[in-house]
Amino acid sequence: MAKDGGVSCLRSSEMLNVGIGGMEPPPLDLDEVHVLAVDDSLVDRIVIERLLRITSCKVTAVDSGWRALEFLGLDNDKASDEFDKLKVDMIITDYCMPGMTGYELLKKIKESSSFRQVPVVIMSSENVLTRIDRCLEEGAEDFLLKPVKLADVKRLRSCLTGDVKLSNGNKRKLPEDSVSVDTSLPPPPPPLSLTLSTDSSDSSPPLSPVEVFSSPLSSPEDDDDVLTSSPEGSPMSEESPIRRQKMASPGLD
Amino acid sequence: MDALVAQLQMQYRNYTVSLYQQGFLDDQFTELKKLQDDASPDFVAEVLSLFFEDCVKLIGNMARALDQTGTVDFSQVGASVHQLKGSSSSVGAKRVKGLCVTFKEYCEANNYEGCVRCLQQVDIEYKALQTKLQDMFNLEKQIIQAGGKVPQVDIN
Repeated sequence: MAKDGGVSCLRSSEMLNVGIGGMEPPPLDLDEVHVLAVDDSLVDRIVIERLLRITSCKVTAVDSGWRALEFLGLDNDKASDEFDKLKVDMIITDYCMPGMTGYELLKKIKESSSFRQVPVVIMSSENVLTRIDRCLEEGAEDFLLKPVKLADVKRLRSCLTGDVKLSNGNKRKLPEDSVSVDTSLPPPPPPLSLTLSTDSSDSSPPLSPVEVFSSPLSSPEDDDDVLTSSPEGSPMSEESPIRRQKMASPGLD
Repeated sequence: MDALVAQLQMQYRNYTVSLYQQGFLDDQFTELKKLQDDASPDFVAEVLSLFFEDCVKLIGNMARALDQTGTVDFSQVGASVHQLKGSSSSVGAKRVKGLCVTFKEYCEANNYEGCVRCLQQVDIEYKALQTKLQDMFNLEKQIIQAGGKVPQVDIN
């Protein structure tokens, strides 16, 4: 349910149908980083979610580009002011996914006015330079080679602290109108050159995410493919219905 | 009983090291262990359990795709192999991952016999890993039950 104050980062009331029932709302932490993780592999979703939570991020994990767009409210053409309130500080997505690739998702995010400023990180098991270049040209913030390690996520996290600090995002390494492409990227890519700031008490985006545990996003016959968890909670409790991803026709590369 | 704990811990260390030395596990497994703590003490076991479920499902898909009377859709087999390669890589299941690399090549070459061989091997290999890890987790339980702590095992 929405926290006191009535503010909500979730876009529609149907997402709030699941009562949090018994769980105390986490302490309000405006500096808490909220990451949207996208990966069609359940194993990878669990791992990336844990990696992120251990580095003090709130995580929403979805199993496809479509789910991600749905979560962000980009899946239809209606202009929705309510989505301005959705606080997503980073999107991390697998590249190879059936249906919509991470690259296609990246493009859609960069085309949207509400979320183009959000850093998008691409993960891939294949170290293909043309792929990396293409993603960076499209505005990806970083490219991680799978399997993702704790050091990779810690590095992303420390860079994000600098970004989240300023709500207008002008601390981004990549300015809005130009993308610097480093075509000689060694794997793994070099760290983002943001200044780390220890002062985290500045004004920040207005809302804190509401904790929602797995709930159907749309029609009831769909599996629960969304796993949202807070840094304190355990993702592996018996109550959380971790569902398997649907087998869809694969779209490799 | 300190002597019992010490003995179990030594057994555990040796066993774990042997799994790495024999190529069952690689450093991504070590990475997973870093993500386990007192708040999530069974994280590794739970992820591996999901991985093994994945193995059952994907191997089933591969078997069905290879079992077509008539033309085999090797891209369909390859898609499942690709997924298995990904998840085995993410959990540090080194031998399974290695097999998937070979398997993928056979798929791309439309090599039926090669694929069938790999399928059999992958099935054997994930089950072997499952047994080994079960033994390892059991040792952990025994250590804890004996009042000790599971030691961090330094692989190198």
